[in-house]
Amino acid sequence: MYGIGLIKGLGVTLKHFVETYVEDLRWLGRGGRYYSEEALKIRQSTKARGIFTVQYPEEKLPVPEEFRYIPFLVYDIQEDGTHVDRCTSCGICAKVCPPQCIWIVRSTDPETGRPIPSPTEFFIDIDICMNCGLCAEYCPFDAIKMDHDYELASYDRHSEHILNKERLSKSASYYASIRPTNYAREEQARAEKEAAKAAKKGAG
Amino acid sequence: MTMPEQKPAVTLDAIEERFSGFVRKDDRPGYEGVVVEASKLIEFATSLRDEYGYDYLSSLTGVDYLPEGKMEVVYHVYRSSGGPGLVFKAQTDREKSILPSLVSVYPGAEFQEREAWDLLGIRFEDHPDLRRILLWEGFHGHPLRKDWYEPYFEEDAKPFGSRWPGGQVTRVEDGMPFGKNVQYPPDFSPEGWVPEGEASLYAGLGALQRKKGDNGRGLETEHIVVNLGPQHPSTHGVFRMVVELDGETIADLKPVMGYLHRNHEKIGERNTFIMNMPFTDRLDYICSMSNNFGYALAVEKLMGIKPPERAEYIRVIMAELTRVVNHLWAIGFLLNDLGAFFTPALYAINERELILDVFEAVSGSRMMCNYFRFGGLARDLPEDALAVVRELAFERLPRRVDELDRYLTENEIVRARGEGVGILTAEQAIAYSAAGPVLRASGVPYDVRKAEPYSIYDRFEFDVAVRYNGDVYDRYLIRLDEIHQSIRILQQAIEQIPGGEIQTGRPQYQVRVPVGEAYGRVENPKGELGFYVVSNGKPNPWRYHIRAPSFINLTAMAEMCKGHKIADVVAILGSIDIVLGETDR
Repeated sequence: MYGIGLIKGLGVTLKHFVETYVEDLRWLGRGGRYYSEEALKIRQSTKARGIFTVQYPEEKLPVPEEFRYIPFLVYDIQEDGTHVDRCTSCGICAKVCPPQCIWIVRSTDPETGRPIPSPTEFFIDIDICMNCGLCAEYCPFDAIKMDHDYELASYDRHSEHILNKERLSKSASYYASIRPTNYAREEQARAEKEAAKAAKKGAG
Repeated sequence: MTMPEQKPAVTLDAIEERFSGFVRKDDRPGYEGVVVEASKLIEFATSLRDEYGYDYLSSLTGVDYLPEGKMEVVYHVYRSSGGPGLVFKAQTDREKSILPSLVSVYPGAEFQEREAWDLLGIRFEDHPDLRRILLWEGFHGHPLRKDWYEPYFEEDAKPFGSRWPGGQVTRVEDGMPFGKNVQYPPDFSPEGWVPEGEASLYAGLGALQRKKGDNGRGLETEHIVVNLGPQHPSTHGVFRMVVELDGETIADLKPVMGYLHRNHEKIGERNTFIMNMPFTDRLDYICSMSNNFGYALAVEKLMGIKPPERAEYIRVIMAELTRVVNHLWAIGFLLNDLGAFFTPALYAINERELILDVFEAVSGSRMMCNYFRFGGLARDLPEDALAVVRELAFERLPRRVDELDRYLTENEIVRARGEGVGILTAEQAIAYSAAGPVLRASGVPYDVRKAEPYSIYDRFEFDVAVRYNGDVYDRYLIRLDEIHQSIRILQQAIEQIPGGEIQTGRPQYQVRVPVGEAYGRVENPKGELGFYVVSNGKPNPWRYHIRAPSFINLTAMAEMCKGHKIADVVAILGSIDIVLGETDR
C-alpha cells in the first residue's frame, strides 16, 4: 500500500515522543529528571533515553578532565604562604602557540643583566587563543595548564580579554582539583626525580 | 561489479623509457615522480589515462619555487581499480607562468586549475573558464606566491620574535586600523572604482545565453539567472550557486565559492609543522580527527616514522567514530534539505552527542580535537573511554542505524525525491574526480582504505559499500551502509587493541622534517582528503596543500543538476555533503 513507509516513520516519531514522557515518569519518584546531578549523569551516559537536551544554565554538564579552554599559570604555595610561579619564562609556550597569542617578558637581573628564570610580564590574548593546548603540552615545568572555565563572557573585550600574569595565575591546588589524574601523575614523576637526585647525591 | 583486471603498476623507468625525450625522473632528494615537458603535457596525460589506466586525477596543485625562479604544478593520478599512484610535474617560469590545461583529459581538473590560477597566478591554456575561484574577481595579486605579503604581515615564519623574550602585547587591530587593512595596487583608488558587476560570471553561463524562446504556445519565454546563496539555510554554509532557469528547470549551474576562504595554505606555510595540527581541525570542522589523520600521515611519510601499535588502533577507532559522526550528520541534514524540518536530523545527532563526549574525554574538545601527533597521539585514552566506545559500537550505534533505516529508507517522500535525481554515472564520477560516497554511489568501488591501505586498515575485515544508481537516494543509502561498515571496523578494533606506547620517540615541538615532498591521503567521510606537504628542511613547510573532497566533488555539481528543478538542487547539494571549511580552506 502506498504510504506504508511514511506511516512506519511516523510510528518511530510517535515512539520517541511517547518515550520522552515515559522517561519523565520514570524519574518522577527519584527527584525529577532535570536539575538533579544523579539524573544528569545518567542522561550523559550511554544509558541515556528520551530528550538529550541539557537545561543550561540551570544544569551544567560536568566537563571531563582533559577539557581545554584558556590556559592559566600555576603557582605553588610554600609553607610560609608565598606564591612561587612555576614559570621560568623559557618561552616554549610562546614559540609553540599556533596563533601566537602569548607575549612573555623575561626578567633580567638588574645588576648582572643576565636573565632570571621568571617572567616579569605574561600576556595571553584570549580572543586569539584557539584552545589547542599545545602550550600546556610542551611546557617542561608544568607551569601553564589548560583551564576548564568557559563562562568568560564580558562586556568589553579590549580591557577584559587580554589576561596578564596576575589574572592568569592560579594555585596548584586549583589545578589538582580540576585535573586530578594529571596532577597525581606529574607529582609522582617529580617525586621520583627528587628521589633519584637525592640518591645520586647520597652515592656521589 | 567485478573489478577489472589489475594491471601491474607502471614503473617510473618504464615511463621514462616510453616517453624518453620529454620525461625525466625527478631526482631532487626526497622527491618522487617524473617531470614532464610542458608542451607534451596533454599527450603524456592522455596516454597515461588510456594506455596505462590512470584515469583518476586525485590532486592538482601548484608550488612556487622562488629561489629557482620556477612555478611547478604537481599532478597525482591513480587508477580507479586501486593501487599506488603516479606523480608527475610540469614546470614553468615564474614571471610568465603558462601551462596547457588538462581539463580535456581529466575534467576534474577544472576547479583545481582555477585555484592554481587564483592563488598562484599560473595560467592554463584552453581552460574552459579560467576565473578566480576562491577570491573575489577584483582581487589584486596571487596570495600563495612567496613574494606576496598580507597586509598584517609580521614575519616570514612563526614563531615571531615579538613574543619572547621581550613581548609587549599589541592587538592586531590597533596596528591595522579598520579602513586601512586592505592592500590595493598603487594606482588604484577604491573611491573612484565602479564595480562592473558579475558580468563575466553570468556571461559564462551555459551555451544558451538569455534567450527569448517560444514555448510552443505563442508565449515568449526567457531564461533567468537566480543566485542560490550565499546566505541560504540549505547550502550547508556560505556557498552560492548561480543557476540559469528555464521556468523552474535548471539550464545551467555555476557554483561560486570562496566566502569562507581563510588562506589556510599560506598560514600553513608560516606555521611550523606542529602548529599546523590544530589548524587542520578547522578544515572539515565536523571530522576533525580525520583531518588530523591525513596531515599526520603526510608528515610521517616525510619523516619516515610510524606510530606504535596502540596508537594505530586508537587512530583507527577515532577515524571510524568520526565517520559515523559525519554520516549521521549528513543523513540528518539531507533530510533537512528534503524538508523534514529537523526531526530526523535531531534523532540522528543523538548518538553524535555521545561520540562527541568520547572525543571530549579523550582529546579535550568536542570538535577541534588536535589529538594526533607525528609518530603517535598526544595522550593516551582515559580509563573509561574504551568502555564507552565499546558500548556505543556494540549496542547503541547498531540500534540507531537500524532505527534510521526503518524510519527513512522506505519513506515514500524520500524515495520520490531521491530516486532518479542527480544521477552521476560511473564514468562521469571518475572523470570529474569525485571521491568518497559520491563516487561509490555511482558504482565505482574505490575506497582509499582498500585501494591503497594506510595505517592498519589492511588488518580489518570490512566491505566497500557500493551502490549503482548514482542518485540522491543511493547516496543516502550508501551512507547508511558505510556506518554499518564503520561499526564493523570499530568492533574489531576494540577487540584487538593492545596496550603499550602511544608515541614513537620523545614528543617534541620542533620536529625535524627532512627535505622532500609527500602526499598523504585518507578516506575522509566526505571523500579522499589529501595533504601535499613539501619541506625544505626548515621548521616550516615550504608548501602545504589540501586536496579537499568537498571542493572537488562540486565539479560534478553542474552535470548532476541540469534538467532538474530548483528543489532538487538543494537535495543534490545535500547528498554530496559539503562542508565550507574544507571547500574554501
